[in-house]
Amino acid sequence: MKLTLKIWRQKNAAAKGAIQTYQLGGVDPDMSFLEMLDVLNEDLVGKGEEPVVFDHDCREGICGSCSLQINGEPHGPDRAITTCQLHMRKFNDGDTIVIEPFRAKAFPVIKDLVVDRSSFERIQQAGGYISVNTSGNTQDANSIPIPKEDADLAFFAATCIGCGACVAACKNASAMLFTSAKVSQMALLPQGKVEATKRVLAMVEQMDAEGFGNCTNTGACETECPKEISLENIARMNREYLKASIK
Amino acid sequence: MGKLDSKIPKGPLADKWTKHKNEINLVNPANKRNIDVIMVGTGLAGGSAAATLAELGYNVKTFCYQDSPRRAHSIAAQGGINAAKNYQGDGDSNYRLFYDTIKGGDYRSREANVYRLAEVSANIIDQCVAQGVPFAREYGGLLDNRSFGGVLVSRTFYAKGQTGQQLLLGAYSAMNRQINRGKIQSYTRHEMLDLVIVDGKARGIIARNLVTGEIERHSAHAVVIASGGYGNVFFLSTNAMGSNVTASWKIHKKGAFFANPCFTQIHPTCIPVSGEHQSKLTLMSESLRNDGRIWVPKKLEDAKAIREGRLKPTELKEEDRDYYLERRYPAFGNLVPRDVASRAAKERCDAGFGVNKTGEAVYLDFGSAFMRYGREAANTQHIENASEEQIKKLGQEVVEAKYGNLFQMYEKIVDQNPYETPMMIYPAVHYTMGGIWVDYNLETTIPGCFATGEANFSDHGANRLGASALMQGLADGYFVLPYTIGDYLSKDIRTGKISTDSPEFEEAENAVRAQLEKFVNNNGTKSVDHFHKRLGKIMWDKVGMSRNEVHLKEAISEIKALRQEFWQDVKVPGGTNEMNTELEKASRVADFLELGELFAKDALHRNESCGGHFREEYQTEEGEALRDDENFMYVAAWEYTGEPGDAVLHKEDLIYENIEVKQRSYK
Ligand SMILES: Cc1cc2nc3c(=O)[nH]c(=O)nc-3n(C[C@H](O)[C@H](O)[C@H](O)COP(=O)(O)OP(=O)(O)OC[C@H]3O[C@@H](n4cnc5c(N)ncnc54)[C@H](O)[C@@H]3O)c2cc1C
Ligand code: SF4
Ligand code: FES
Repeated sequence: MKLTLKIWRQKNAAAKGAIQTYQLGGVDPDMSFLEMLDVLNEDLVGKGEEPVVFDHDCREGICGSCSLQINGEPHGPDRAITTCQLHMRKFNDGDTIVIEPFRAKAFPVIKDLVVDRSSFERIQQAGGYISVNTSGNTQDANSIPIPKEDADLAFFAATCIGCGACVAACKNASAMLFTSAKVSQMALLPQGKVEATKRVLAMVEQMDAEGFGNCTNTGACETECPKEISLENIARMNREYLKASIK
Repeated sequence: MGKLDSKIPKGPLADKWTKHKNEINLVNPANKRNIDVIMVGTGLAGGSAAATLAELGYNVKTFCYQDSPRRAHSIAAQGGINAAKNYQGDGDSNYRLFYDTIKGGDYRSREANVYRLAEVSANIIDQCVAQGVPFAREYGGLLDNRSFGGVLVSRTFYAKGQTGQQLLLGAYSAMNRQINRGKIQSYTRHEMLDLVIVDGKARGIIARNLVTGEIERHSAHAVVIASGGYGNVFFLSTNAMGSNVTASWKIHKKGAFFANPCFTQIHPTCIPVSGEHQSKLTLMSESLRNDGRIWVPKKLEDAKAIREGRLKPTELKEEDRDYYLERRYPAFGNLVPRDVASRAAKERCDAGFGVNKTGEAVYLDFGSAFMRYGREAANTQHIENASEEQIKKLGQEVVEAKYGNLFQMYEKIVDQNPYETPMMIYPAVHYTMGGIWVDYNLETTIPGCFATGEANFSDHGANRLGASALMQGLADGYFVLPYTIGDYLSKDIRTGKISTDSPEFEEAENAVRAQLEKFVNNNGTKSVDHFHKRLGKIMWDKVGMSRNEVHLKEAISEIKALRQEFWQDVKVPGGTNEMNTELEKASRVADFLELGELFAKDALHRNESCGGHFREEYQTEEGEALRDDENFMYVAAWEYTGEPGDAVLHKEDLIYENIEVKQRSYK
């Protein structure tokens, strides 16, 4: 396949960025999207130019590193997958593909396609945990039976990979889906109950402090989420928040 | 140095750890506040250790090269974590977990360490559940288990095919709690590039801020390396792209012995290589072998027809299929350990029975599982006279609930629906059992420098059974290191803050700077990946799944030559004072090019076959691995003396007092 790639290049956070156009041949439909970029970079390095920088690590859809806006959509055209799982067979010979970083005020660009998502870290550090000592003096695991339905729901919320696509997809750059997934996981488990009030207040407060926008229920986040995190989590978080606020 | 002291406590096996803990020097809580610990790596091993050390009161600085600790490679682990809970009542016990692990490791691991691992394993599950890790549960609300290769009990806890993710998020949340309390300072997008030794003790590291390019000095009273495995020396592996050997190799060059570098696990159930462009290989969890049956055609002409697309696997009659694992190993069948399953697949493919275009794939077939589960479901749902189609569909739903995300992953990559046509799998490099030599306290041969998780060598011997790496990472991090490091630190309570202004820090920083400058000013012509791929090819062809003397000798000289060429001709665009991913890769590949040689040297000296190390010269008439316990029942710990090829061998004899050393048989 032959492709025209229009890629956002930006030297660093302070520099102004711009779209640059590259022609790339020899793309195999079996390549993943990131392997296609590897081929481009191999070309660029061969010419002594700086390769296009993008975040990636596991390349199997689980670490949440990769974060490209492809033709205007986070993680590209396919549903329920990350960029590293997207394969070139989803594109046609001769296509023009626009590749940009995730855009949001709370995700400043570091270089080219890499953005700073440490705002997500701080939301979790604000209270996204269960306060238990790591001392090994915990009670036997089976002494806390959990209905399978609840455990499954908690698991589905916990599968969020923290990629930020929900923020990038949202016209308000809201982090509600991400934060609500974290809040939900613990709200659904008996272990998390005692601190539920403190947790939801602290996390929502931090989310606002980081400069994420408000949620206006447009649902773009759910559509673009590679792990199909459900909007129900946002509803659950809103309930938890309301409960906590009137306490 | 020169002598290896494993510091294994005296006394009966089952009492060693308790006794040791009772005798370890403790640090008074008030003094812990004055002690700093550096943790390189925030995977399961580093993350859990950092959280626990911080909770105990130490000041912890963590480092990882990803933008978040939660993205460490541990996140990718799929299948599960072992623990001797005996919840299923199928006869499990600490002793049995210990026994399986020692046997699985082909009697090349330390009894005392493995027993301790088995002993604390049950605690890990309790800890994780208390932290909110959503393990799979049964309808009664209790935890569910499954079984993995090499064992006959169900002791594996799991969270669908995302166990590593859930466990890591647990450790990460424990870290976050300590970050919030100000006890952990988390340095993300930072790479450790050297260890600083002052007065013979590890006292800090040199790290590069990967965003700004700044070189930083960090001091501490002790340094822990939890930087994971080095399987990426093969270029293609199931490891994350950034996994590397740099932290381990740098401490090796400063005096830490490197143990059993050639012990590499080749995982039998990976998606086969599809072309030259491939950047990494994807694992299909071993848990699939619980339900999938592995086969190739019985007749060469059928295999050929399948490769050429003239015959579909589903068209091949039952009697024309060779379920070779069930045939060769009737007791364990499809659940034989990984080294056995991998070699058996290679053997069939080498004999011409491979089923994909390149002839390097076998089938993992769920056809009979669909029908078995389907019939069960039809019965429980009281569906009478269900048609074959209906049964199959019901069965597929059961399989989907168990392994749905793996099936989906397969379809995305291969573009074939594994519910309709059997999966194709082939072995790939997965895990490195070798690593930094540590004693019972997890301390390396450099005082004050510790190593945990996949970065150390200690618990798995020549082969690792499934679901045991996660167990080791968390055992080391939550329950072992936090105690044993106290013994060392108890002597440091009066030391005070360690200055970073010393000549030792200066020298280490200058060396790091010089190497980075060399890369960007090198004006070569070839990319870093070019060299990495060539190294990987030498490693796979000559130091891979099976090895022989001639090839190993060739590999050693080829790697030497490649290393020279690398330093002359590598091209690294961009500068050092900025984010520069090519520069990051260059440093890592430079270290792989040295490790690769030691790896081959280790494989060459070990004149026996055991676990993941198969030397073609040493096999039984039936083609099984032939161990030489008389001459090789030891840990090979290599001391760096200037060039990887000149490394000096030290032997730690392995003494089995509690287990009868036997030929490993899964027949
Ligand atoms: C696909 C896959 C599936 C697996 N499935 C299972 C399973 O089901 N069960 C099981 O038991 N095991 C499994 N394993 C093995 C297991 O996941 C790993 O062995 C284990 O997670 C390693 O953990 P770790 O903490 O030692 O290292 P890692 O998780 O690799 O962490 C390494 C850390 O070190 C950091 N680091 C590395 N170098 C540097 C440096 N120079 N400077 C700063 N930081 C550095 C990294 O940023 C990272 O934080 C699987 C492995 C793979 C690849
Ligand atoms: S909710 Fe979905 S899109 Fe948002 S961070 Fe989590 S996985 Fe990514
Ligand atoms: S690289 Fe890990 S999710 Fe894409």
